[in-house]
Amino acid sequence: MSTVAEAAAARAAATAGPEAVTFAKALTAAMADAMRADPGVVVFGEDVATLGGVFRITDGLQKEFGEQRCFDTPLAESGIVGMALGMAMNGLRPVIEMQFDAFAYPAFEQIASHVAKMHNRTRGRITLPLVIRVPYAGGIGGVEHHCDSSEAYYAHTPGLKVFTPSTVADAYLLLREAIASEDPVVFLEPKKLYWSKESVDLDALREAFEGASPDSATGVREEGRAAVVRPGTDATIIAYGPAVPPALAAAEAAATEGRSVEVVDVRTIVPFDDETICASVRKTGRAVVVAEAQGFASVASEIVARVQERCFHSLAAPVRRVTGFDIPYPAPKFEHWYLPGVDRILDALDELQWED
Amino acid sequence: MTISVSPPGDGRSTQAAAGVVAPGTDESQTALTSLQEAVQNFGISIEDYLLPVHGQIQILAEDGTMLPEEKRGSSPGHQYPVPADEELLEAYRRLVVGRRVNDQNSALVRQGRLAVYPSSHGQEACQVAAALCLGSQDWMFPTYRDAVAVMTRGVDPVEVMTIFRGDWHGGYDPHAHHVGIQSTPLTTQLLHAVGVAHAAKLRGEDTVVLAMCGDGATSEGDFHEALNFAAVFRLPVVFFVQNNQYAISVPLAHQTAAPSLAHKAVGYGMAGERVDGNDLVALLAVLDRAVTLARSGSGPLLVEANTYRMQAHTNADDATRYRNQAEVEAWAAKDPLNRMRHYLRAAGQLTDDVEADFADDAEQVAQRLREGLSADPDIEPQDLFRYVFTEPTPQLREQAAFLADELARDAEGASAAGASSTATADTREER
Repeated sequence: MSTVAEAAAARAAATAGPEAVTFAKALTAAMADAMRADPGVVVFGEDVATLGGVFRITDGLQKEFGEQRCFDTPLAESGIVGMALGMAMNGLRPVIEMQFDAFAYPAFEQIASHVAKMHNRTRGRITLPLVIRVPYAGGIGGVEHHCDSSEAYYAHTPGLKVFTPSTVADAYLLLREAIASEDPVVFLEPKKLYWSKESVDLDALREAFEGASPDSATGVREEGRAAVVRPGTDATIIAYGPAVPPALAAAEAAATEGRSVEVVDVRTIVPFDDETICASVRKTGRAVVVAEAQGFASVASEIVARVQERCFHSLAAPVRRVTGFDIPYPAPKFEHWYLPGVDRILDALDELQWED
Repeated sequence: MTISVSPPGDGRSTQAAAGVVAPGTDESQTALTSLQEAVQNFGISIEDYLLPVHGQIQILAEDGTMLPEEKRGSSPGHQYPVPADEELLEAYRRLVVGRRVNDQNSALVRQGRLAVYPSSHGQEACQVAAALCLGSQDWMFPTYRDAVAVMTRGVDPVEVMTIFRGDWHGGYDPHAHHVGIQSTPLTTQLLHAVGVAHAAKLRGEDTVVLAMCGDGATSEGDFHEALNFAAVFRLPVVFFVQNNQYAISVPLAHQTAAPSLAHKAVGYGMAGERVDGNDLVALLAVLDRAVTLARSGSGPLLVEANTYRMQAHTNADDATRYRNQAEVEAWAAKDPLNRMRHYLRAAGQLTDDVEADFADDAEQVAQRLREGLSADPDIEPQDLFRYVFTEPTPQLREQAAFLADELARDAEGASAAGASSTATADTREER
């Protein structure tokens, strides 16, 4: 059995478990398990220790692992990232939290000029096993600077891996994988999914992760693997992070209208899984890309470009995008007009030249 | 909170040993457990401990004579014993080599062998002292102008110059000599230094980190964040600011209104000191004390060296646009080499034979630079993709194959063109 199939089977088995677990709790469990498994894993950031993070994602870590391994820093994002880089150079595996998407921008120079480039600059002599956790995107009625979808900045920067889970099981598995990665990972957590629940057996997931035989060369279990989260035959919706639940809801609604829509969850934007996505589009012949970020020069644009380059002769219609508008993230009372919702996705599906 | 100090490690620990040690284990008798303790050891107030001396620490006069103790700028708790003559002689040898390296590299730029070289001509005493104050287990985080410090630390000169030759962004292995890659963005490396020190502290390693920057860098936000983080976490970092008076063209007065850069330390709760940056004896004394204090658990310190960039920012700069010749000449009189030479000659340490030996040493390094940088570097196009990640992504593999194919087609085209021109020549010959 291939590693992919094994992992998929393990995921399926795990998600059949008994307990309803929140996305947030799965993230916490992933960090706690990683800290138990590796004494070099340290967690720090603003408010992560005593408070457990403003979203409580690091709740209990300082209590279990002590002040040396989970600690609060001064309020300075560039400092947090730059210090984490040095710690990663010197034998530790820092997992750091940027409190909100837009509050990571003060750290952008450290991320883009150093975290992303150090391995290349030193011809591989310095590796940076470092995870930058960023709660991102909107849908929570947040005020300005608390709802940005910042994935394009990171995905555009060579040297960064960019993961974004949409399910509780992936919250656990992708964060474990990010912490195990020898490369720096920007780990984008859709904050509106923090409180979503699924029946997930965390023990089984832990065993699945720790027991999985990674690719011998790369140590990879999950990264670069998109998942078909709903099978279908007539069209493909490609989505990631916060856009996956509306994509699934749209596919469900389309089914009642007699259309079988496949949904692919990108899971890791970098590395990107062209294979799974293109296989789906070649099969269905129609595609819509859904993302919450502004559409201009976005990850959604990149996905459309890749699909059209690779699947042109299989396409019955141009690939459509459903994204945020090209405006600053709106104030809470406006955000329902901004966010890609089920109706807008269904409208896009309707426009895929079904009459031809 | 306590600081655990264990014996020096072997540099790079194995993954199994990489973890965070429990606090309070293997506590050394000599470890300082608070800033107060460091203060008490000197018997002065915390203000007197944190504040730099009035003026600066200087041990050698500009003419190379040793200043009497009362004229060295020291004050109670800020006393600096003079290093032994043997240590000074060896330091002077490094100074002679450093000056030769600077001048050789500038010549290689003029000959087109190097793309650019930010010379530390005039600042060699700072360069040498920065390297000599550290033990092998310690780390140095240099800037782009600190090539001489990096070489003095033992990194191969040609590997150091790779970044300026242009065949990669960095040429040496940072782990081999515990030297961070020379940073081109300003001040960002200070935070990396803080992180290395923090990891070392958590892992129970005896490591002091020297974090280097210039006067202009003290205006950057990362300078503030690095000093604050180091102080809050009480890390063994010595921040070493070479104040060479100009950030490219902008003089210090436009960077800060502080009485000195060393005074900036006080706001973070760390001790600052100001030293004559062209006086190698004073630099060694001040940096040795700072490293010793940091190693014993005092928390971080800031040392400002008052020096001067004798040449332009780089070969692309024209220094006559922003400073006058009289100012440059005044600093030429404070040259760090002349000062040390006169002192060591008068002390009877530096004989004609020893000077000839040192000149030979310098010439050998210059020759190594000339030879190493004259050879055209062997560059491999596939290296473009090799180091972006630990393993190339599928997309990078695709792009690597694309470039390989493009190059193969170019080569085929060239060889076909070559074959046809050979054929033409043959035909002509037959005619």
